[in-house]
Amino acid sequence: MAMTDRPTWAPLTTGVIDCDIHPSMHSVEVLVPYLAEHWRAYIRVSAFKGPVVTSYPRNMPTSAQPSTKPPSGGPPGSDPKVVCQQTLDALNATYGILNCDYAVQTVHNPDFSAALASAVNDWLSAEWLTRDSRLRASLVVSTQHPDLAVREIERVGDLSGFVQVYLPVHSSIPYGNRYYWPIYEAASRHDLAIGIHFGGAAGHPFTPVGWPSYYIEEYVGMAQAFQTQLVSLVCEGVFDQFPTLRVALIESGFTWLPSLMWRLDKDWKALRREVPWVRMLPSEYIREHVRLTIQPQDAPAEPRWLIETIEELGSDELLMFSTDHPHWHFETHEEAIPQGLSDAVRQRVLVENARAFYRLQTVD
Amino acid sequence: MQAPATERESFSTATEGVIDADIHNDLPSRETLLTYLPARWRRHHELMSGRSGRPGSYYPRSITGNARTDSWPPSGLPPGADLPFLREQLLDRYNIGCGILNPFVGIGGHQDIEYGAALARAANDWLIAEWLDPEPRLRASIVVQYEDGELAAEEIDRVGEHPGFVQVLILSRTCEPLGRRKYWKIYEAAERHGLPIGIHFGGTGSGPITSVGWASYYIEDHVGASQVMQSQLISLVCEGIFERFPGLRVALIEGGFAWLPPLMWRLDRAWEKLCEEVPLVRRAPSEYIREHVRLTTQPMEEPTNPRHFLKALEHMGSEDLLMFATDYPHWDFDAPDLAFPIRLPEVLQRKILVENARAFYRLP
Repeated sequence: MAMTDRPTWAPLTTGVIDCDIHPSMHSVEVLVPYLAEHWRAYIRVSAFKGPVVTSYPRNMPTSAQPSTKPPSGGPPGSDPKVVCQQTLDALNATYGILNCDYAVQTVHNPDFSAALASAVNDWLSAEWLTRDSRLRASLVVSTQHPDLAVREIERVGDLSGFVQVYLPVHSSIPYGNRYYWPIYEAASRHDLAIGIHFGGAAGHPFTPVGWPSYYIEEYVGMAQAFQTQLVSLVCEGVFDQFPTLRVALIESGFTWLPSLMWRLDKDWKALRREVPWVRMLPSEYIREHVRLTIQPQDAPAEPRWLIETIEELGSDELLMFSTDHPHWHFETHEEAIPQGLSDAVRQRVLVENARAFYRLQTVD
Repeated sequence: MQAPATERESFSTATEGVIDADIHNDLPSRETLLTYLPARWRRHHELMSGRSGRPGSYYPRSITGNARTDSWPPSGLPPGADLPFLREQLLDRYNIGCGILNPFVGIGGHQDIEYGAALARAANDWLIAEWLDPEPRLRASIVVQYEDGELAAEEIDRVGEHPGFVQVLILSRTCEPLGRRKYWKIYEAAERHGLPIGIHFGGTGSGPITSVGWASYYIEDHVGASQVMQSQLISLVCEGIFERFPGLRVALIEGGFAWLPPLMWRLDRAWEKLCEEVPLVRRAPSEYIREHVRLTTQPMEEPTNPRHFLKALEHMGSEDLLMFATDYPHWDFDAPDLAFPIRLPEVLQRKILVENARAFYRLP
């Protein structure tokens, strides 16, 4: 289906905020203008093609909706004009948050990783954020040495357009660990959210029981990685240490959250002596500090069960609308948001929750 | 689930009371198995002083011996090691008509494969002599060295027809995901003897206890049981284990259950898009799960709003999936009269307390 054949979206509402749009690049050549000569030479000599990750196999149906391929060539998500047309224009959206999944965290050379992160952020700033005033972005950091991440947050954190720090869900240490606290301190200082996103490759097996055989296991199992990160953030006391910290779980699924909160709350009652800094029920911290984007919905065959699961979240402030463009989760706009939500909740999911979380201005 | 090939030989009078699908009996001491070991392995056992598992994955428990404070028998033996006391405190006290022993004796994931297999043989002989023969209400899981499929299969063939053994025990933190080929000999043998596989939370695996690195606290280890179970279930389904071994039944023990509905939804949705990668998976993953998999209830899920417990059960899409368990004598014990957070319909309660386990384990 050609791009122009893509069905137009019936307006969901006015002022939609799309919290997960993926800009991509043709190749590492795109970043070269933003790199110092030393790293340009390094890329030439090593024939570095970019970080190696398996999160989005090119031909897997989940990786790209067919109509998202730009007519100009290049991978889906690589042409800002097409991306803005297919997301912001089609949705009549006021804002879209760019999450670039360029996995600099998988580059073991810490200085190269940090240089790539800076180049990605400069590229985002120059070629995306300045192009459309509706766009916002997550800034990319290398996590091998948190001081390098902090340096990058200091460098670009106050630049117009950056609203969040991007961390891939597959880390080498769980994100609650105090190793990462300097990142949260810097994010708090610059009033940036932390966005933990599907993907990454830290060298560990993708499951707690070793390497799986298939991509479908990696894809489905990403939800367990998110669960683990959330447990870590709560149990390490991150939300008391950084009381203004906001964390978004992006492309995480959300239907697993109620049962995780039940288990975590129950265990906290029995085991809180071990983590005395966790002063409230874990679910209270989660509802206060954590938000989740809505794709993929992982919807059950019985639509009522999805609505019941959303009710079990215990708050209508947790979910934020996303298309996850260009990834393929739905066919029509009707499928992009759970059917059966009340108008008030729908409005929160489509607009209000993200506006509050990312501190975005109302647009008339 | 397929009809049983042969009804397992009656081992006691028909089950009237509750069926407890998870009891942990213990060795009186590390030396107990010496009398069941041949001389060659006795010497080895003394030499290695109980070295087992993979070091570095241990989190100090919340309580001595991981056990209820009142479960230390007056005889001075460790919790779960004194049969008369276990009879009195568990079987008689709660009208347990049949209880299934899952002994934690540090064997299954032994690094020294041959030694582990010798210990497994000794443990099974100990179970027969000191537990199954004297107490007709008890059944047991066969202890195997599960990191070697052939040695495990040999042991299943050796004791699998003993009427007291109703399951093969694997601890959930394995070196590879359980769908992988190295474990298939175990499933083949289990299927041959009409025995289910019981995957119980625990074990030491071969890497970090989470898919994102080492957690800091026991509470993370304990909550993490459910992520481990989810990973194993994803692997079993995606590797087509239930097509390869159509008679195989699997019990997930002490890993929670409320995570199952959202996991089934996520798996089904992913399968719709990604099934081409795993052609052996011919039906929706949830169908295999409802047909072949059962879960034990302890630690019982406790939603903040108890009505959500009923929703969680409804979202399972079947009343046949849950089997009650106490986890005696561990600290997070569930009593059959107190554990449910809300009153269940009588038929459903009886299924969970008795009928589901009776059908699954083919008990009289």
